[in-house]
Amino acid sequence: MSERVGFGMRQNGSPADPSPPPAAGEPLPPEARVDLARERADSHVDEVLDALDRELVGLAPVKTRIREIAALLLVDRVRARFGIDSGRPNLHMCFTGSPGTGKTSVALRLAELLHRLGYVRRGHLVPVTRDDLVGQYVGHTAPKTKEVLKRAMGGVLFIDEAYYLYRAENERDYGQEAIEILLQVMENQRDDLVVVLAGYKDRMDAFFASNPGMSSRIAHHIDFPDYEPAELEAIGRLMMDREGYGLAPETEPVFREYLARRRAQPRFANARSVRNAIERARLRHANRLLAQGGDVGRDDLTTLQPEDFLSSRVFR
Amino acid sequence: MRITQGTFSYLPDLTDEEIAKQVAYALEQGWPCSVEFTDDPHPRNSYWEMWGLPMFDLADPAGVLYEINECRKAYPGHYIRLNAYDASYGRQTTALQFIVQRPPEEPGFRLDREETSDRRVRYTLHPYALDRPEGGRYEADR
Amino acid sequence: MSSDRWSAGVIPYAEMGYWRPDYQPKDSDILAAFRITPQQGVPPEEAGAAVAGESSTATWTVVWTDRLTSYENYQGKCYRVEPVPGQDNQFIAYIAYDLDLFEEGSIANLTSSIIGNVFGFKALKALRLEDMRIPTHYVKTFQGPAHGIVMEREYLGKFGRPLLGATVKPKLGLSARNYGRVVYEALRGGLDFTKDDENINSQPFMRWRDRFLYCMEGVNRAQAATGEIKCHYLNVTAGTMEDMYERAEFAKELGSVIVMIDLTIGYTAIQSMAKWARANGVLLHLHRAGHSTYTRQKSHGVNFRVIAKWMRLAGVDHIHAGTVVGKLEGDPNSVRGYYDTLRLDKVEADPVKGLFFDQEWASMPGTMPVASGGIHAGQMHQLLHYLGEDSILQFGGGTIGHPMGIAAGATANRVALEAMIKARNEGRDYLAEGPDILRSAAKHSRELDIALSTWGDITFTYESTDTPDVVETPVSV
Repeated sequence: MSERVGFGMRQNGSPADPSPPPAAGEPLPPEARVDLARERADSHVDEVLDALDRELVGLAPVKTRIREIAALLLVDRVRARFGIDSGRPNLHMCFTGSPGTGKTSVALRLAELLHRLGYVRRGHLVPVTRDDLVGQYVGHTAPKTKEVLKRAMGGVLFIDEAYYLYRAENERDYGQEAIEILLQVMENQRDDLVVVLAGYKDRMDAFFASNPGMSSRIAHHIDFPDYEPAELEAIGRLMMDREGYGLAPETEPVFREYLARRRAQPRFANARSVRNAIERARLRHANRLLAQGGDVGRDDLTTLQPEDFLSSRVFR
Repeated sequence: MRITQGTFSYLPDLTDEEIAKQVAYALEQGWPCSVEFTDDPHPRNSYWEMWGLPMFDLADPAGVLYEINECRKAYPGHYIRLNAYDASYGRQTTALQFIVQRPPEEPGFRLDREETSDRRVRYTLHPYALDRPEGGRYEADR
Repeated sequence: MSSDRWSAGVIPYAEMGYWRPDYQPKDSDILAAFRITPQQGVPPEEAGAAVAGESSTATWTVVWTDRLTSYENYQGKCYRVEPVPGQDNQFIAYIAYDLDLFEEGSIANLTSSIIGNVFGFKALKALRLEDMRIPTHYVKTFQGPAHGIVMEREYLGKFGRPLLGATVKPKLGLSARNYGRVVYEALRGGLDFTKDDENINSQPFMRWRDRFLYCMEGVNRAQAATGEIKCHYLNVTAGTMEDMYERAEFAKELGSVIVMIDLTIGYTAIQSMAKWARANGVLLHLHRAGHSTYTRQKSHGVNFRVIAKWMRLAGVDHIHAGTVVGKLEGDPNSVRGYYDTLRLDKVEADPVKGLFFDQEWASMPGTMPVASGGIHAGQMHQLLHYLGEDSILQFGGGTIGHPMGIAAGATANRVALEAMIKARNEGRDYLAEGPDILRSAAKHSRELDIALSTWGDITFTYESTDTPDVVETPVSV
């Protein structure tokens, strides 16, 4: 028979718990000892943390913070087994940073982490923006917001550019209604849902200043710094690798130069801009091969040459 | 009196936790859940009022229980039931249905007999609740 | 074929074109699988060809008039013969029949054609029709179940669990008013259906009209007492079709949701009743009275799965199909095969379940299988496991024999069933934990508690006389 997820906080965590659990509800005796390393291994959190490390370049402060939260939740769980009830920790968070700095990717991993530690029941991520929550006419907003919330229950609700919910200048804006509902759910149904707000730091700060209720419900603020050039390069290489492309030795400095220039230009969206750059390079690569005619070998098909980047307007 | 419509009527009333487990089973099968309420318990009353639309794409029972509780707050004296619907080919009908709230007092039914020819009797089932107009049929709603 | 094919005299069937190992059955062919036990000295291909021949166009000697027809079309073609593993001199012969051989929408014609002539054939010691493949081209000519499983559930407003019934006991002798009392008690206690027994038609001790009137009183009283739709299968079996229509019309006028017929009325009568049932919005229950005379022995007769197919085509809404754990014959795998045949839209060939062919029902509604005979509440977990949710469980003795009375017996069964369904949905291993689940439920239900104490240990285990050739699991349960 399939394993059923228990409701509320899981006492022992992992789906394949090898040891027999203590009788339900009975705390451990005060002199008992718990092997933390084993707890950690049983919960499989390291798999998630390692995946985080592997797949996302840089973001050192973010990764550290996530690890710290994981440690807190793990220890809290062990404390609960001794019958020490510190109440369910507040897990609502705010991720600030420029676009393309990995906020959604980290939120996804976070949802998985919380699931493995037993703090959310399903571990799915529901990413939304203001338009998913706010209606266009009277009476439209409440059901719309509640729909989204119900879908997100058991997992993590990720609201991107959350500050758009609040439009101080427009009295007839229905965003306020969505905020009210969110506040209520974030307070009363913490067992069912974790909310992560995301957006530019300065605008989020302004949003919190005008909505102290929201601010007080956020437990963790994590900032996602812009990527350093070396990090951007590493991200670019990762992406190219995944798509089966490589840089010719002559292309490497060109790529670096490209990134440095692009970074200085307006509307730089970090990893997203790197992705776009690679897409365009692929386009030029393909056209170059067709134009030059003749035979092509595997090397030709997978190697990006300097001209694939140099023709970018970034270099003009 | 206790009407015995629905799948679990002969068991003690389900707790919220037990309801959540049934909802989890339904969600696992891919069946959307919906909440309905009525004050007319006649067995041929197929169309109870819908409390919102069927909830598609939910991953977790918490959303459904939230709606059940909202419905309970709005209609403390009505019958409320949960439906799970199976849209798969060859079925396309309700898969599971059970009562999640009853009025505290259920007055039951009167069997009216109209004698016709030859010992035949025409029967009508009359719910006592319908003696009062809509909106005030059960104490808890008044 | 040799030029001597048409010379007068007797030639082996296999040389007349009935043995065609090269033949590829068409999608529109009706296929049959026969279990043949040839007489000593008769080669299996000849035996298979003989069956093909005698169930289609052949006769014992060459006749010149055959040449007036497009002969090859109408011949049954035996295209494969396989020995049965573990048996000496027993084979399965696969025969294909052209669609043209059969009248549209006629079970009588289908059966007269296939089994009408060949079973007494001397060249075979024994012959059994194991399975048939009915092509969609032919399925579509039949009405099919008057209502079907989905419609029945919607009609009754009952979802998510098997339905419960009981046959009124004692089998014979009650007068109408007392009969109605049993109906009332059983229904108000919690069953969905009560049932006339197959031999309750219209006897001196109780005539049909009186029975119908009192049963409907019981049904309506129980509906008022519970607020649920209740039914009693009124048996309209009679000596003539006209009498049957008269009884069925009366049942409908009284407002009965369902009527019942016995298999013994014959295939044509069953089809007529199915047509009437659909036209009049009444469910049709079929009792398979008499089937064991020809379905039970492994070597000779007709396998019940074929009867089940024919009855689904004919158009009954319910048919008794075996219990596995009760007092009547039924090997678990074969019974699973029957239930699949009745309920599913696409059934796959499966030697373990004894299903020889794929069968597509082309959206024909399913027939609800009924499990009846020696089952009781203590077996609820096994019943649910073997028979599934779309079924009707009938506990005759298991209701009426309850020490606290009939209503208590009904309640015990209903509580046991709901508790088992609840546990299954919650993800428990209800087959292994069945007895525990029942005992926990019994804590809230005195009726169930007493039922378990009375019958908890009763089981019926005998070696099954009819099992599939391929066995995966042990026979006795």
